[in-house]
Amino acid sequence: MLTREEIIQPQNLVAEKPALMNNVDMHYCPGCSHGVVHKLVAEVIAEMGLEEKTIGISPVGCAVFAYRYIDIDWQEAAHGRAPALATACKRLWPDRLVFTYQGDGDLACIGTAETIHALNRGENITIIFINNAIYGMTGGQMAPTTLLGMKTATCPYGRDPRLHGYPLKITEIAAQLEGTAYVTRQSVHSVAAIRKCKKAIRHAFENSMQGKGSNLVEVVSTCNSGWKMNPVKANEWMEEHMFDYYHVGDLKDTEVIR
Amino acid sequence: MGKMRGAVVVDEARCKGCNLCVVACPTDSLKLSAGEVNHRGYAFCQQVNPDVCTGCSSCAIVCPDGCLTVYRKKED
Ligand SMILES: Cc1ncc(C[n+]2csc(CCOP(=O)(O)OP(=O)(O)O)c2C)c(N)n1
Ligand code: SF4
Ligand code: SF4
Ligand code: SF4
Ligand SMILES: [Mg+2]
Repeated sequence: MLTREEIIQPQNLVAEKPALMNNVDMHYCPGCSHGVVHKLVAEVIAEMGLEEKTIGISPVGCAVFAYRYIDIDWQEAAHGRAPALATACKRLWPDRLVFTYQGDGDLACIGTAETIHALNRGENITIIFINNAIYGMTGGQMAPTTLLGMKTATCPYGRDPRLHGYPLKITEIAAQLEGTAYVTRQSVHSVAAIRKCKKAIRHAFENSMQGKGSNLVEVVSTCNSGWKMNPVKANEWMEEHMFDYYHVGDLKDTEVIR
Repeated sequence: MGKMRGAVVVDEARCKGCNLCVVACPTDSLKLSAGEVNHRGYAFCQQVNPDVCTGCSSCAIVCPDGCLTVYRKKED
């Protein structure tokens, strides 16, 4: 029987922390989906060999410090304005991979206009959209994406459509826009889902570099702190409740249609 | 007899004890520390049952904090 020392040899390495991720501890709560998506972004950039050619735009929200965790160039945008900043970066440096990384409060509330117009203009960028149906950073308030009946700090009796309107499906809207090339909804709650999500990010980044138009990768995510459950339970709750409303899969891929 | 064997190295200081890796492991090879915490006060992942590990990497793939390094080798 092989000993542990015989197995732990450089030639047997099959998985490790992505090389582009800094050694600094991430501030995210234990089990937060943000960390998993950060890893995928770091892996895809390295696999595409774009370490020196990528500009990320970080949001206001829990991912505000994304620039500390992945070793690429970053800009920090004002709340919701990441797509506008990404537009400027990509137009000034067309040879760069430019992506935004935004939460649902940032992208689907205060920044709705920037999101829709950047996508509609067909800017050659990718928007990575972490939809955890809540304002995580500020303590779990209702977001436009909060599910009907879901309880948050600002809708303690559950979201009521007569008072708060309906959960906003930005990704469905994006798929209708002429400027978008690839629009998809993914998740990172299981090994299979994480593998698929990585492929989606890669496809979106490739489209951005090939000038095919705007790309939106929504990742249905957990905010276990805001949802007030442990990380494992949060993944289960997401599967049970979020996927019914936010259907996972590709919504638009111009490469497939044309 | 050609069986895949794995070994997991845990970055205990980086681990936040979220338990996602423990649940994702198909062979019950991992467990959170009991009664012991790291410098940030979190229980941390330990490979308590190393002999059953196949090196499938599920644990490392789901870990949000990139704490796990996996090695895999075929038994002769
Ligand atoms: C102009 C402005 N308005 C409001 C806030 C407060 N604020 C900070 S983060 C945030 C929303 C965060 O939610 P989301 O974008 O979903 O990110 P998450 O933390 O859930 O990942 C809000 C409203 C702010 N910082 N600036
Ligand atoms: S508050 Fe929610 S989104 Fe923010 S780090 Fe914690 S779990 Fe993640
Ligand atoms: S590599 Fe696979 S079998 Fe080994 S501990 Fe990780 S999940 Fe379990
Ligand atoms: S998934 Fe990562 S952070 Fe969570 S308990 Fe396992 S090793 Fe620790
Ligand atoms: Mg959010």
